[in-house]
Amino acid sequence: MIKIGVLALQGAVREHMQSLEACGVEAIAIKHKEELQEVDGLILPGGESTTMRRLIDKYDFMDALKGLAAEGKPMFGTCAGLILLAKHLIGYNEPHIGVMDVTVERNSFGRQVDSFEADLAITGVADDFPAVFIRAPHIVDAGENVEVLCKHNGRIVAARDGQFLGCSFHPELTDDHRITAYFVEMVKEAKQKQLV
Amino acid sequence: MKTGTDRVKRGMAEMQKGGVIMDVVNAEQAKIAEEAGAVAVMALERVPSDIRAAGGVARMADPRIVEEVMNAVSIPVMAKARIGHIVEARVLEALGADYIDESEVLTPADEEFHLNKKEFTVPFVCGCRDLGEAARRIGEGASMLRTKGEPGTGNIVEAVRHMRKVNAQVRKVVSMNEDELMTEAKLLGAPYEVLLEIKRNGGLPVVNFAAGGVATPADAALMMQLGADGVFVGSGIFKSENPAKFARAIVEATTHFQDYSLIAELSKGLGTPMKGIEISSLAPEARMQDRGW
Repeated sequence: MIKIGVLALQGAVREHMQSLEACGVEAIAIKHKEELQEVDGLILPGGESTTMRRLIDKYDFMDALKGLAAEGKPMFGTCAGLILLAKHLIGYNEPHIGVMDVTVERNSFGRQVDSFEADLAITGVADDFPAVFIRAPHIVDAGENVEVLCKHNGRIVAARDGQFLGCSFHPELTDDHRITAYFVEMVKEAKQKQLV
Repeated sequence: MKTGTDRVKRGMAEMQKGGVIMDVVNAEQAKIAEEAGAVAVMALERVPSDIRAAGGVARMADPRIVEEVMNAVSIPVMAKARIGHIVEARVLEALGADYIDESEVLTPADEEFHLNKKEFTVPFVCGCRDLGEAARRIGEGASMLRTKGEPGTGNIVEAVRHMRKVNAQVRKVVSMNEDELMTEAKLLGAPYEVLLEIKRNGGLPVVNFAAGGVATPADAALMMQLGADGVFVGSGIFKSENPAKFARAIVEATTHFQDYSLIAELSKGLGTPMKGIEISSLAPEARMQDRGW
């Protein structure tokens, strides 16, 4: 059985767990770093990235998260999760986990009154994915090995860099599990490779 | 591309789950809150305990304070408008506040009607003591709920009462047959459609935070155990001896609300919390929770 963790320090944890379960895999809420050893992949949910970062530092999660990435385990960040994964952040000297080769700008669509939803075409996922953007970040620049999966009004809002998947929007706020299913496939492939 | 949809407005509150929203009165406090790990701040002119002490009419904060706080932090900024005060709410929306609290902490502007929150692009949070009140606010377009508690008292008893009441009534609705819901709607004073949504959803369609009297890390953890999605802390933090330490402790207790040895550790040496008020010593007209209809 594939086991996928959801970082459960703050944010929309339950929705991601339900989406994973709908895709037929076991979902584990990760509140302690030791629990990361059990999982084949990890979702970093939407929420407040500053809050998550403070709790990551407080509970000494950072090395374990970087270790998970170094083992080749897939990681998927939505909104705040994308901010945590990015190698470069506009306006900040240091990234958070800093493993996905993208440059991200926070709150780049404006404040809450500018939050919106739109149906988007995502390469390899769907032609009409209902994407909910809430005080969302976007990918300003992507490294050469990064596959851009989706743009909205010229801005990159979903991308894949090998084992890392990131999006600006919140698939967890809809009943559409297709992007979660895409990530589950990434996890299955990675696990297969490690077994060979 | 659509703005101001239910999904966008309710979704914003979903992202705050498991977090602490802190009352602040200036940029300096806002920065302390953000640094401590708050998921949002509520920009106010005075915290509830000072509103209580000052008396008189309490209104929306000076827009300069709201702006100062918005410029100081990158986390969402909420602000309070008086119940039924359409223009205060529109002004806060125009300023770019991320969420508006139509709040009984301020003196109501309308003693009969709440705002029609569906007409706004900005989302609203409202207080509730029971499911009837919660469902009426959802019916008017609130995208987030919180217990009313008794603000500015540092006494958790009313927030506990309200959280237990709402959750017990939600459980009852979920377990009822659909053909019993209309009568339940009549008894609760709740819109039938909202009860139907609760029944089909298996719970409230919006998040419900604890608010009104949270004064210690243990209080915050208690409310999470009773089923709160997160916690508002008003006067508790900046009325304590060491606000930064206190704020960090509340955030951690909210995340790890079942880790008792951790809560013991972070409750040590926090200094004196705000002095509380026994609810029965409040005059009826001083009870903020009775405002709202």
